[in-house]
Amino acid sequence: MLDFITRLFGRESPGSKSVAMERLRLVLVHDRANVSPQLLQLLRADLIQVISNYMEIDEENLDVSLEKFEDKVALVANIPVKRMKRVANS
Amino acid sequence: MSEVIVVTSGKGGVGKTTVTANIGCGLAMMGHTVTLIDADTGLRNLDVVLGLENRIVYDLTDVIAGNCRLRQALIKDKRYEGLHLLPTAQTKDKSAVRPEDLISLCEELKDLFDYVIIDCPAGIEQGFKSAIGAAEKAIVVTTPEVAAIRDADRVIGLLEANDLNDPKVIVNRMRMKMVDRGDMMGIEDILDILGIELLGVIPDDEEIIIGTNRGEPIVGNDDSLSGKAFRNIVMRILGEPVPLLNLEPNQGLFLKLKKIIGFK
Repeated sequence: MLDFITRLFGRESPGSKSVAMERLRLVLVHDRANVSPQLLQLLRADLIQVISNYMEIDEENLDVSLEKFEDKVALVANIPVKRMKRVANS
Repeated sequence: MSEVIVVTSGKGGVGKTTVTANIGCGLAMMGHTVTLIDADTGLRNLDVVLGLENRIVYDLTDVIAGNCRLRQALIKDKRYEGLHLLPTAQTKDKSAVRPEDLISLCEELKDLFDYVIIDCPAGIEQGFKSAIGAAEKAIVVTTPEVAAIRDADRVIGLLEANDLNDPKVIVNRMRMKMVDRGDMMGIEDILDILGIELLGVIPDDEEIIIGTNRGEPIVGNDDSLSGKAFRNIVMRILGEPVPLLNLEPNQGLFLKLKKIIGFK
């Protein structure tokens, strides 16, 4: 009965739109990353620059990629650290 | 100041040709001179959508090969003063038109017409590259479906990589009833995903199919909602800030009541 009333007032379970949006969002993260490897290259260069302010890193073996876990996409960076810089506490 | 505009989409069957035909007729209705170029060599359709299929003598590939003069290949639309079609060949393939051919052709056409609109083939191969290479502005047509939006996103990236910045999107075949019940992405959702400006929304309308059956673009039909939507798009191309059309003209009393009470 409750089901009937909710349906009567158009309050069914959330429609398929949200599923479409979510799937599109994920697929576009990948499409865009694959289409422009330059983007990841630029990010990589920026990362090196920022991190180098704090530590000495192995730029050769630095790896930046987008990885997909079920319903999420993560930016995974593997950055080998050679040495920490001594940052004076202010 | 003449403009060369390409109508593209990536995915096939979303309405590029219909949009091209209607924008062309609409611009002519507003008193502008227009040439529509069918760049879909081998799979031409703009001629039938416009109802000009029986008047083709020469085509785009003849002009490029030097078999005729440009003027001889242009078909004058007798219903819309100022509207012309440059059809393409049905029996050749896309390699018959190189990007540089279309670029020089459009330069020539710009001197003769206010607007040159290129109906781009589906896909992102040579035909697409030729079509976008000649254009200064781009319109991306999509429908509120996952596949069409994904392809539109890819095409927007390719357009921007080719210095066609700020493409505008037309969302075709919108069904407001489905949006209302949460089963179709709405305009805001689509713009949010694609991140580009909206040029207009066309409702999913049987009248468009009827118009195509007859070879009469819907923009000339004063009574139809989709015709109005196309006329608004034409106004926006001309620089008039026309507000978005309300696509829910015949709401039932019950639905209206629901809205008033606050459900949905």
